Amino acid sequence: MFSTLSCGFMTKKYVSVVVEYNEDGNKIPKKIYLDDVGYNIDCVLERKNSASLKVGGIGERFTIKIGSNKTFLFFEKETEKWFVELKN
Amino acid sequence: MSRFILHSDLNNFYASVECLYNPSIRNKAVAVVGDADKRHGIVLAKNYIAKSYGIKTGDTVWEAKQKCNEKLVCVTANFERYYYVSKLVKQMYREYTNRVESFGIDEAWLDVSDCVKDFEGAFKLAEKIRKRVISEFGLTVSIGVSYNKIFAKLGSDLKKPNATTMITKQNYKNLVWNLPVADLLYVGRATNQKLNKAGIFTIGQLAQTPLNILKSMFGKNGETLHTFANGEDVSAVKIYNEKEQIKSIGNSTTCPRDLKTNDEVRAIISILAESVARRLRDKNLWCNTVCLSIKTNDLKTFETMHKIEYPTNLASVISGECYKLFNHNWQKTIRAVGVRVTGLGEKPVQYNLFNNEQTMQKKEKFEMVVDALRGRFGYNIIKRGSVCASKDLKELNPENVVHSIHPLSFFKL
Ligand SMILES: [Mg+2]
Repeated sequence: MFSTLSCGFMTKKYVSVVVEYNEDGNKIPKKIYLDDVGYNIDCVLERKNSASLKVGGIGERFTIKIGSNKTFLFFEKETEKWFVELKN
Repeated sequence: MSRFILHSDLNNFYASVECLYNPSIRNKAVAVVGDADKRHGIVLAKNYIAKSYGIKTGDTVWEAKQKCNEKLVCVTANFERYYYVSKLVKQMYREYTNRVESFGIDEAWLDVSDCVKDFEGAFKLAEKIRKRVISEFGLTVSIGVSYNKIFAKLGSDLKKPNATTMITKQNYKNLVWNLPVADLLYVGRATNQKLNKAGIFTIGQLAQTPLNILKSMFGKNGETLHTFANGEDVSAVKIYNEKEQIKSIGNSTTCPRDLKTNDEVRAIISILAESVARRLRDKNLWCNTVCLSIKTNDLKTFETMHKIEYPTNLASVISGECYKLFNHNWQKTIRAVGVRVTGLGEKPVQYNLFNNEQTMQKKEKFEMVVDALRGRFGYNIIKRGSVCASKDLKELNPENVVHSIHPLSFFKL
């Protein structure tokens, strides 16, 4: 379902995300919906500002873990939307 | 104590942003144009692949496509997005110093004297910034590192793309002095020609020309040229929050002769407004007030101002509003005209509903095209019909007129 950190052709897929804000105002994504199926995010491994060279765009990049899968979840400040790099 | 100044220049900025947002065109020849649907549109920017086909800023889309067998991807300019990305990059620069001075949308000086001890440290910091720009924004920058703004700027031009060049007191004669004098900041066409005529072709030759000769050729500006060429410019990198500090941007000129008709006044106003608007766009600012000053031949000056309904950076709006301020039933002969804008701020969130946002954006694009043409071919490449009506007014180039926002050493020469 999610691409692990592999390359290849990918599309930018905007997704619904359940987000928790901590007391510092930082976002902690908790759950992500893809085609109406929800996936709990087990943990955020890293957060940094980054471009997505695979699908295009810039924002805050969260490296998240869902089960045994690692994937990137981006918060695009320009649109205030969340996206993932989805394998075609 | 030596200063450490970086000048960072985003490579092929508009085209790079387009490729960033649309990775599928990254390996193709890309041109950013005013309007991609129109074959007579004009190329505002291009990536390296397009450049390798000989495509230039200012080419028509039609010309550009011919140069690469129609294999050109044309993208309509999205200035809003360029401003946005530029702002983010400069925010990142400000993590290192509050002395970040924009020079156009894609360039900036950073004074990093407070965060490094020596040139090696400055170079390392430049490399760090260069790498951050790639990873955080997917863009490349060329950075010049030096002890003054002029050489830092030159350094960023030496190696492109994605490189850092250091110009020190030890190596500047090797790196800088062989360059053509036109590479020096603010040496425009006219200055270049004048220098060439005097047998001065390189920056080194300029540096070694006795000061009194330069002074006799260029007056006060001769001193500035001498300072620039010798790496002795001491002007400071301005503190970022300058936006609030710049109170107004203005331009005035004493006319080549006294003005006689309304049309002449209108022509002068439009020339000045164009230059003011261009500098607003360079600084990424909008204004909400226009001021018109008129000096009559008895040397009295009158200034009137008007707050406009919606902030603008358009020459057409500024000149229209100024002309409205002008008393059409004037009695005295006019010697000098000035156009100034105040109430400066960042881009307004929304143009007004009635004033048709699309029309405004179209006008903005049009004026950016004019900026691009002038950037490539010089000021005189494109002119208003109203200006051409009188031959002597036509010769007036506001880019050569004294501007009021740069410190002395940065007057255009
Ligand atoms: Mg650039």
